[in-house]
Amino acid sequence: MKKEKFGCRISHSEPGPGDGGRTGSWRVKRPVIDLEKCIPAKTKKAACFTCWLFCPDGVITKTIPPTIDYEYCKGCEICAQECPVGAITMVEETVFITEEK
Amino acid sequence: MTEKTTILNLSEDELVHPGNRACAGCGLSIVYRIGLKALGRDTILVVPPSCLTVLQGLYPIAATQLPCLNVTFASTAAAATGVLGALKAQGRESTLVAAWAGDGGTSDIGIQALSGACERGENFIFICYDNEAYMNTGVQRSGTTPQGVITTTTPFSGKSQKKKDVPSIIAAHGIDYVATASAAYPLDLYDKIVKAKTMNGPKYIHIHTPCPAGWGFNPRFTVKIGKLAVETGLYDLYEIENNKWRLTGASKKLIGKKRTPVNEYFNTQNRFKALSDEQISDIQKEVDIKWQSYDETYGN
Amino acid sequence: MHIIESGNVAAANGVKLANVKVIAAYPITPQTPLTEKLSEFVDAGEMDAQYIPVESEHSALSVCIAASSTGSRAFTATSANGLLYMNEQLHWAAGARLPIVMCVVNRGIGSPWTVWNDHQDAISQRDTGWIQLYCCDHQQIIDTVIQAFYLAETVSVPVMVCYDGYILSHTYMPFEIPKQADVDKFLPSFKPEYALNPNQPANLNTVTLPDVRPDVRGDMAPGYMEIRHNLHADMRDAIDVVGDIDKKFNQIFGRGENPYIETYRCDAAEFVAVCLGSLSYHLRDVVDILREEGIPVGVAGLRLYRPFPDQAIRDMLADLKGVIVFEKALSYGNQGALFADIKAALYSSKNRPKVHNYILGLGGREIKTAHLVDALRNSCVDTDKVGDTPVWIGLKM
Repeated sequence: MKKEKFGCRISHSEPGPGDGGRTGSWRVKRPVIDLEKCIPAKTKKAACFTCWLFCPDGVITKTIPPTIDYEYCKGCEICAQECPVGAITMVEETVFITEEK
Repeated sequence: MTEKTTILNLSEDELVHPGNRACAGCGLSIVYRIGLKALGRDTILVVPPSCLTVLQGLYPIAATQLPCLNVTFASTAAAATGVLGALKAQGRESTLVAAWAGDGGTSDIGIQALSGACERGENFIFICYDNEAYMNTGVQRSGTTPQGVITTTTPFSGKSQKKKDVPSIIAAHGIDYVATASAAYPLDLYDKIVKAKTMNGPKYIHIHTPCPAGWGFNPRFTVKIGKLAVETGLYDLYEIENNKWRLTGASKKLIGKKRTPVNEYFNTQNRFKALSDEQISDIQKEVDIKWQSYDETYGN
Repeated sequence: MHIIESGNVAAANGVKLANVKVIAAYPITPQTPLTEKLSEFVDAGEMDAQYIPVESEHSALSVCIAASSTGSRAFTATSANGLLYMNEQLHWAAGARLPIVMCVVNRGIGSPWTVWNDHQDAISQRDTGWIQLYCCDHQQIIDTVIQAFYLAETVSVPVMVCYDGYILSHTYMPFEIPKQADVDKFLPSFKPEYALNPNQPANLNTVTLPDVRPDVRGDMAPGYMEIRHNLHADMRDAIDVVGDIDKKFNQIFGRGENPYIETYRCDAAEFVAVCLGSLSYHLRDVVDILREEGIPVGVAGLRLYRPFPDQAIRDMLADLKGVIVFEKALSYGNQGALFADIKAALYSSKNRPKVHNYILGLGGREIKTAHLVDALRNSCVDTDKVGDTPVWIGLKM
């Protein structure tokens, strides 16, 4: 019987990042963390991490200080909205384009 | 119940890959990310068509690190039954089976299979993320769209019928655990899923899930609007455990307290712009009556 | 062991011998006694399987799809509107390449309601990507069910085992129940290429783009069209696999040797009546009568309808004077589906025969031997008399 001929020929997807591409390119504004205000950054203690909890895309780390993966951050601004001390501000991406130039 | 989960002790193990196709500020992305942490890696997911189908990735790349069976729209709970049947036949019963569907896939086209699975007592968790319309097809009304809401199939005067109370329908099957949750309270959701995992038979969790694109608000307000739905008393967080109904979390804290007027919730979203002052006043009255009864029953 | 039992019980015994692990079914006449029997086997502890009494046929096939995706051998059965209610799931199971076996106990479809036999249910699902095998007696039912699992799992395509409602499902005939040891020797255990497993996570049946796309390792993966082409190509290759399986079955059980077409008195025949299912037995009587009259006619009952065994059809029918297709179904607004398929298969043959089409027995309308004799005689005596359009037999208008 020629079973070996019939391989797995179905829609079989394997886990990996970036299915939707570099979703950071969707962003119009970039969240920037002010380490002077950010609670874990300021106190150097594991605390708060509200931004990490609510980030829909899991692109903020639960570290001291928290960091943001701009490769994939879609710029939704939830972190800026929910930060209890207003440590995250949204900065126009054009600013960074000028800087990079 | 073990201790409540906090941000600090919540697992850092991420089971959803970034760079997926969900919209910026997607409420589903929040509940899916936190929900999968609660389900854990020894889980098989069953998913019907919904925004989640897109979030999860297009062939051959998956955004989800759990095994997942995509199934036809009407068949979610039946497919979960089939996975359970095979796991039982193979002695792999320690693996958790979780179905994750949208409100249309749960309350409309999927309710027959869900009712059947609940009646049979299948040992699985059914999670409905309720963004109150068919968002993946472009915001058409569903059974759980609230009254007065503008969708692409209720375009001018809004939906005239009331929201279908799915958790109560499922609870009427006499299953051991039914709970509601919200994308604005992910830790409450986490604890409810963890509790559901310890119970046998069907478990049902209904998650209020704000959708920036479909509801008409700036994505930065996804969590804020989710909280407002609870704080106004419009959407209640509760669980029905072994037939015992109780308010939980942020809703429980509202007992005996002054609630935010419903108007403040409606004003944040374009979908409510067809509501007249009279309709809003009627809804406020309904909410007040409901909460008066909560206050009397559960207050001190 | 030989027993005298119904066709449904023959099918149930085949399922039991095939060591099916997950059974899901919803009651529908005339299938019901088959799954009742299976629930009896499971409840009595004679069969180690999960019997799942679902709330609809759509869910029955859904359970099988999911169980098969999780690595268990799965079975369901249905009839008529139940099969139609499964329609999207039929396509899904085939596209997902799941080796589910389903008995379709053929019955006419509504509206108007009919509970009696014809083939419209299965014929209307011929383009779903399922293999369709038809049985003409109880022995074939039990044997075909066992073979069907082997076939399905070899080519990763689901299989429908079709047999006539009442005429086979509810009548009692003697048949042999194969020995379990022999079935175990014949049918290997189910080893899927992938089964849902948290240790090896994969997302199955995901949305597939129109074009091909690289996977996580950067290798190009087939797209929707390639996946569908493979289904078609593997179904075509399944024709040979049916022959191979028949040979192996014959070696162990001593039955078979007609994997594609069951023939009767076709030697030196100039005309052959073609049909699906138990009608071929009825036509044997008719052929006996016409042979007495000196008409060189035989009967060919197709065992395999999808994939269509067109080469076997050509080998057998291409040089005849006439082929007469009797059908209990039709493609409304056109002609019998089998008629169209046979004509298409014979089109490239130089001396292709005249092909006639008779529609009969819809909704259980009694098929009278005298009618069959007249029709077949007409088609043989004057091949130009009967035209290219279907002629209805037994129509009272």
